[in-house]
Amino acid sequence: MDELINISIGNASLVAILGYCVVFLGLVLLMCVVMLMGKVMTSKSGKAAKAAPAAVEAIPEAPKAEPAPGSAGDLKLYDTDPKDAAMIMAIVADSLGKPLNELRFISIKEVKDE
Amino acid sequence: MDILGTLQKLVMESGFAAFFMEGGWKNLIMIILAFVLLYLGIVKKFEPLLLCGIAFGCLLSNLSYFVALGGENALYHPELWADFLDESSPYFHSYGHIMSHAGLLDFFYIGVKAGIYPSLIFLGVGAMTDFGPLLANPKSLLLGAAAQMGVFVAFFGAVTLFGFTGPEAASIGIIGGADGPTAIYTTTKLAPHLLGPIAIAAYSYMALIPLIQPPLMKLLTTDEMRKVKMEQTREVSKTEKIIFPIVVATFVILLLPSTAPLVGCLMLGNLFRECGVTDRLSDTSQNALMNIVTIFLATSVGATMGGDTFIQWQTVFIILLGLAAFCVSTIGGLLGGRIMYRVSGGKINPLIGSAGVSAVPMAARVSQDVGKKYNKNNYLLMHAMGPNVAGVIGSAIAAGFLLSVFGG
Repeated sequence: MDELINISIGNASLVAILGYCVVFLGLVLLMCVVMLMGKVMTSKSGKAAKAAPAAVEAIPEAPKAEPAPGSAGDLKLYDTDPKDAAMIMAIVADSLGKPLNELRFISIKEVKDE
Repeated sequence: MDILGTLQKLVMESGFAAFFMEGGWKNLIMIILAFVLLYLGIVKKFEPLLLCGIAFGCLLSNLSYFVALGGENALYHPELWADFLDESSPYFHSYGHIMSHAGLLDFFYIGVKAGIYPSLIFLGVGAMTDFGPLLANPKSLLLGAAAQMGVFVAFFGAVTLFGFTGPEAASIGIIGGADGPTAIYTTTKLAPHLLGPIAIAAYSYMALIPLIQPPLMKLLTTDEMRKVKMEQTREVSKTEKIIFPIVVATFVILLLPSTAPLVGCLMLGNLFRECGVTDRLSDTSQNALMNIVTIFLATSVGATMGGDTFIQWQTVFIILLGLAAFCVSTIGGLLGGRIMYRVSGGKINPLIGSAGVSAVPMAARVSQDVGKKYNKNNYLLMHAMGPNVAGVIGSAIAAGFLLSVFGG
């Protein structure tokens, strides 16, 4: 114990190297566990997604509902999150000073950098 | 009535008279330091939630020296804690002795000494942390590991350059984990006499991260690297987020049992947040409990900053080593980021590596700010949060290792 209290340079370097390795080892093992967990989860959700269309096919298609009064119809989103789209539409309506239901958005597409 | 005698008695009993007694100047300097820390906390907004409490605890503790001259009426009694730690004393590890003679700040300090406050702070941190970015990109755990380099370099430096003992050096090294509660927890177990300077160094440098990290980030990355726009990470399911704290607690505690109080509380808080059925507990952990514990932790840590223990060359060395630890940890994270940049074929922006030092969420914000300077359309924040929270786990593992080696 005393050799750890009045630690020599050799022992200190050993502790430092060993400690850094233990931190790496711990986090690498944790990474493997998390990756495995992620794979199991994504494969499960993938299976559920595949099963879902089959279930939908079995149900007779419901008559297409008319858009709600004041609605501007469907909006196509390309690489855009619905939340971002809602925010963009609200900003545009605010900037133009027009109520949102008087504007028609046809599609929103993320512009990628080169 | 002897007016002169009465006045003389009043003067001699006042705290001001004690300024001129033996060692009184040290406490006077500490009072001035408390004013400086209050200025930094209130005006400069350096970690004000902690620094204000630490500074006021320091002020009260040093004032109480003058008022009570360390007697029964003092708010904090260093001599009681010296007996508590002295193996040859009849009061070794006797909380009963402490409680029968304690001042207010001694009572507060019991929570630090028993490791309660840092663990409860971790409960709140867990309840506030979204581990989603880490789950979406588990490789960021490697950056959290790389950024612990400063802990071990500062440990080595403390032993070789300044002659600190092993436990002292371990406590100083953990400043590089950039995690206040972990630093306090480790220090109270290994080198309680250094608690004041180590806590001050840890929290001051955490507040200074926006000044410390950017120059190193520029030095260790190229313009091309800084401009890398990272792809959006996958969406993480609720089930994964619920399972994660259970898996981490089980795995890390089994790996390093000495991390149990910190990692256990961190993951319990996170489970409260994610499980969806304990919203009230999550809310209490994040707000009320966190605030209450912060008050007790900060004032009691400040109380340990007595003139005799703080005004020493050791304090200067600790401040220097703490800065070195922060810088080396940042360098470690950035080098890890560079390696991942190469391995991924330029898909990972190395700037997120510096966030691996923990200091949640300040370090991640710095990665975001520096990245945005070079590419206005670059949003690195969520990508940097992965290594950032990985750093919390990494520093807890580093602390656990040092505690198990030096017998906390």
